[in-house]
Amino acid sequence: MKKLILTTAALALCTGFAMADTVRMGTEGAYPPYNFINDKGEVDGFERELGDTLCEKAGLTCEWVTNEWDSIIPNLLSGNYDTIIAGMSITDERMETIAFSQNYYPPAASAYVAMKPDADLTGVVAAQVGTIQADYVAKSGATLLEFATLDDTVAAVKNGEADAVFADKDALAPFVTEGGEMGWAGADVPLGGGIGIGMRKSDTELKGKFDAVITEMKADGSLNTMIKKWFGDDAATF
Amino acid sequence: MSCTEIIAEYGLRSLGFGERLLPRSDFTLCHQFTLIGSGLIWNIYFGVLALTFGFFLATGLALAKAADNPLIRKPAEWFIFVFRGSPLFIQFFLAYEALVMLPRAGVNIFGLTVQTSWVTSAWAGALFVLFLNTAAYSAEIFYGALRSVPKGDIEAADAYGLTGWHKFRRVLWPTMLRLAWPAYTNEAIFLFHATTLVFFSGFPAYQQRGDALYYAKFFADKTFNPFIPYPIAAFYFICITLALIGLFGVINRRLNRHLPQAHRPRLRIRPQIIR
Amino acid sequence: MFATCTDPSQLEGLSWLLCYLTSGKHMLFYGSFLVVLALMLITAPVALAFGFGGALAARSHITPLRWLGKGYTAMVRGVPDIVFFLFVPVALDQGLEYIRHLWKCPPTGQPVWANGEFNVCAAAKIPLSTSPQIWHEAYGFALAVVAFSVVFGAFAANVLYGAMNAVPRAQLETAEAYGMTHRQVSRRILIPQMWTYALPGLSNLWMILIKATPLLFLLGVEDIVYWARELGSTKSQIYAYPHPDWRVWYFLGLLCYYLAMTRVSEIVLSRLTAKLSRGQATMAGEAQRKMAGGAGA
Repeated sequence: MKKLILTTAALALCTGFAMADTVRMGTEGAYPPYNFINDKGEVDGFERELGDTLCEKAGLTCEWVTNEWDSIIPNLLSGNYDTIIAGMSITDERMETIAFSQNYYPPAASAYVAMKPDADLTGVVAAQVGTIQADYVAKSGATLLEFATLDDTVAAVKNGEADAVFADKDALAPFVTEGGEMGWAGADVPLGGGIGIGMRKSDTELKGKFDAVITEMKADGSLNTMIKKWFGDDAATF
Repeated sequence: MSCTEIIAEYGLRSLGFGERLLPRSDFTLCHQFTLIGSGLIWNIYFGVLALTFGFFLATGLALAKAADNPLIRKPAEWFIFVFRGSPLFIQFFLAYEALVMLPRAGVNIFGLTVQTSWVTSAWAGALFVLFLNTAAYSAEIFYGALRSVPKGDIEAADAYGLTGWHKFRRVLWPTMLRLAWPAYTNEAIFLFHATTLVFFSGFPAYQQRGDALYYAKFFADKTFNPFIPYPIAAFYFICITLALIGLFGVINRRLNRHLPQAHRPRLRIRPQIIR
Repeated sequence: MFATCTDPSQLEGLSWLLCYLTSGKHMLFYGSFLVVLALMLITAPVALAFGFGGALAARSHITPLRWLGKGYTAMVRGVPDIVFFLFVPVALDQGLEYIRHLWKCPPTGQPVWANGEFNVCAAAKIPLSTSPQIWHEAYGFALAVVAFSVVFGAFAANVLYGAMNAVPRAQLETAEAYGMTHRQVSRRILIPQMWTYALPGLSNLWMILIKATPLLFLLGVEDIVYWARELGSTKSQIYAYPHPDWRVWYFLGLLCYYLAMTRVSEIVLSRLTAKLSRGQATMAGEAQRKMAGGAGA
């Protein structure tokens, strides 16, 4: 799956020639506020800031790369980049193929968004392909409608193709607060074990470095500050 | 799980029968062959129906393009240009976006409410796009053939006093088909290949019911190994292509049955029209 | 780009649109048109070379080589092109890295493909993970070119094979009568004469190539479809230029772009055809002669 890669004009933090320790950070770039491509065409968002901070503290040179969500794990495994830092929840199923750092974002709620609050959540539910939410919907008995991007799933609800969309609550929040026409439906569902950095199982050294720095940032509270900056004061913190 | 059980559970998965969840942990060769083969049902569905309907529209379009009246000729020319001049991928996307704009509650025509919600699903919407697309490509082939109908044939028809519908049905149309058949065979092959694009742009896979390539990609993404699912899909498509060449060859022989054996044009398959 | 664009939230109407359309991201979008053009212009000659090799192999007197040439064209014809686009870059990339792995890496005793991971040592990576981003992009682009060339090379082989057979036998016999060797006949008569017969098929191929380029994004190149989807998707307040789902407008733009490309190519190719058929023993050449004769009389 290598080179199914969608690299942006992502800037290398330092101009790339540092020897051994260049870590290529893979992200999706379409999941605000976790990660997105800003109007300059660079990767931006909570995970960009966090990733840069982690790399700086761990003394690594990091370079940002974007990749379509549905092939993000295969491309990690074929060595296209070294980490996945893309709002990826830690699940047992993913743990079978890749390793995760400890979580840098507490277990987040997933939620349904629909055009009306009493929408039929066992009807047709849209979800992004390959997410834990899509898994959940497939098992829940509802009819799963899969789309490649989050945007497609929301569009499907707006045009009536699906009764509701099920996704990470923070990622859906802008559509509810800004769109006006859609609202939350049903109760939140806690899924996954928080969000962590995905790595190849063989990269134990890298995992050790990131784990140490995340522990440090959790202890001194700087991680919480960063979460509040991007997700608002109500966000869950450590 | 034995292979027969797997076939029983996943053989018609693409139509929504059998096991609801796709396999999660065991991706045996049998699983891959069964599911990808199951997806092939959709490719055949799209290909056969689009070709059948497209054939008739194409004949009409070819005649319209050959017409003297610009009011008839121009729209046909534009239709053919737009569909032949743009990538199918983008046609799928735009068609999907246009279809979802139809009012959900249905359209009221003369007091009758026409349901519209079904048109955005792949089985209807994508089929419609493929139908228009193949009609445009075939129309261009038929138009070329129509212009190559030998003058002698037309003069002979006139001499027999054939006019209008009879002249078309008895002389023009059979000759046109005969001339167009080799190129039309290619069109059919490439239309089948084009059906693999359906789930790559716009149209969503409803309950993970997809075509052969959808499942091949599913396996490639799950097993991280492209060397098994894609060759399986390729194998199935080679079978389809061979079947098509055989079928169209039979029709070709029938179309040319009046010619002496040595003069019958052999089907030459050339890649003239992919999208 | 413009000084007025520093605070987009204050802008309205046309000036907002102007700033929006000149944002850094849009510049990347416009740049991706060049990427697509570059792909077509590089793929065309490479595919032609593949096709040439395929056609010569298919005409070869050496049986295994002939089978190889015919098998190659038949294979690509039977299989949808996207299957190749999904498969060739991955296979090629892993293959190349595997060869480099055998050459550069110290033996680790571990298999390269294990537990779904593809592990070669750092020295065998192409390009090295320390190399600047631009090399990664260039490499991805090169893989895309090869994938396209494999597919279109097979089609071109088909066209060229037919064209070589279409060159009138009499012309080749005349050359032989002048005492040319087999190779000389090929080089001096067969190949130059073949082009008029190949041109209709090749122009067709060019049109097909234009229409296959939206599939580039499947190969991981940031092409116009990638940017159209990215730019068009809903932008919340977190972005400098928030807007609803505008993808349909971007895709309409792409539609116009492709129609224009097709039209321009049609015009250029028809001129080229007219030029190449001058003085040829074909119907088109005959028609030209008649026209010229009629004008003279």
